[in-house]
Amino acid sequence: MAAARTALLVTALADRLRGLSCVAVGATSPLPAAAALLARARAEAVGDRLQTIVLGSRQHNPFTDGGRELFDCAAQGRIDAFFLSGGQIDGAGNVNLVGTGDYPALTHRFPGSFGSAYLAFLVPSVILYREEHSRRVLVPRVDFVSAPGTSAPGTYRPGGPTALVTGRCAFAFDRARGRFTLTSLHPGETLESVREHTGFDFQLPEGEGRAGTAAIPTTPAPTTADLWLLRERIAGEVAETYPRFAALIAAV
Amino acid sequence: MTVPALTVAELVALIAPGSLVAVPPDYSGPSLAATRALIAAGTTGLRLLAVPTSGMQADLLIGAGVVDEVEAAAVLLGEHGGAPRFTAAVVAGAIRMRDTTCPAVHAALQAAEKGLPFIPLRGLIGSDVLRFRPDWQVIDNPFAVGGGAAAGAASADPIVLLPAIRPDVALFHAPRADRDGNVWIGRRRELVTMAHAASATLVTVEEIVDGSLLADEATAAGVLPALYVTAVAVAPGGAWPLGLPGHSEPDNAEQARYARAARSDDGFRAYLAELLADAAGAADAAGAADAGR
Repeated sequence: MAAARTALLVTALADRLRGLSCVAVGATSPLPAAAALLARARAEAVGDRLQTIVLGSRQHNPFTDGGRELFDCAAQGRIDAFFLSGGQIDGAGNVNLVGTGDYPALTHRFPGSFGSAYLAFLVPSVILYREEHSRRVLVPRVDFVSAPGTSAPGTYRPGGPTALVTGRCAFAFDRARGRFTLTSLHPGETLESVREHTGFDFQLPEGEGRAGTAAIPTTPAPTTADLWLLRERIAGEVAETYPRFAALIAAV
Repeated sequence: MTVPALTVAELVALIAPGSLVAVPPDYSGPSLAATRALIAAGTTGLRLLAVPTSGMQADLLIGAGVVDEVEAAAVLLGEHGGAPRFTAAVVAGAIRMRDTTCPAVHAALQAAEKGLPFIPLRGLIGSDVLRFRPDWQVIDNPFAVGGGAAAGAASADPIVLLPAIRPDVALFHAPRADRDGNVWIGRRRELVTMAHAASATLVTVEEIVDGSLLADEATAAGVLPALYVTAVAVAPGGAWPLGLPGHSEPDNAEQARYARAARSDDGFRAYLAELLADAAGAADAAGAADAGR
């Protein structure tokens, strides 16, 4: 992943944390860790405070009650946002972190569901992300539902997906309809290129209809201040947990 | 000392065939020293419970054929990517995989430490994680306002029940123990939950120190009391190549080397042979040092 694209994805994820009080980042999530730490630095710069919890870190994780504490906090509503990626993500917001094939007879195994089967229900804003935007990843229907995008009426579910950020574009998740809406295109992408590489149907912004891509916004580029923060501060902050990724951030 | 101090080989010999062995995640001190000893001893048939995830430890145990069942919310080598022997074993059907989610492991252990038969947990409903766990149940919340089974509501606030998990053994590495068998774990409280829930707790430590770890109020809350500790073995560098919180950093170069080697079964066998030869050499050196005391 080129440094410029990394910076764009990190800032696009950080943009979705504006105004929140507490964000948590799970294991093996370098992009969200950088985004959460960037959002914290942005908040500090204007006198606000964003509590940032990076699992796997000792410097950026205040928890003292073991692995359970994140989940207990989430169930109480103390966590405003969390990030989830997926080996497969479908148009209904379902995430598959387990594998492809006819479970349990999988043809390809992913690491596992982590906390997704729980946090996707309880955290108000679950931000989905995946750098690879292809029909291999963005599928019509996931092979295994680690976390469903929506739930039947009557299911306790204060949380759920709110957005999906990929290497090509950003979507918002329409919880009522259980569908994604394209909200911005990264530089160099068009509606056609996104459609070509997306295995599910999605909605266009209100009023877009068949008008083409002219009015679909471009994903905002990182500001000079963002890039400075990423190089001078965030690279150092993520290095403890993600040494390889930190080198990429230092080069933006 | 009230808790026996053993060699690592003696420690893992306490793990009976078929045992359910609970191990911590990579950031919380897995005992790679005990992992090597289990492999060297030719142990087979263990069931592994990752609390709630595992990495190189699980991958080594699976690749070496020590475990035939894994319950985990995820198995991967952190920033070094997928766990190759785990993924190969699942696809080949060589192990039984019980997929779970992190809070379900924590909650089921909490049920065990409270002596409860089960515990409710939010989330999960509508997921395939729940669908493929016939041992989990869904009931209507009996306390739901204006609903619940008692009120005859058709479907009022369904919630998942998990049976308690009582591991036969909790196995981990920690910075230090005292001569009474109290073990310093700091803020890694999932180790406490594991030990409370398990029938036996086996710990490898960097060192055994004089004086009681419980003596100082400032540090006593970071101690797993000897009450729960079955046996301790000294194993300096026992988490390597993983890190140990507050003690040593991960050896990323070695983990990357493992991740590359384990992509093929041949590469894994070669890595394992080298690892066990090194471990045997280290054990001989330690034995010679003991004999010289």
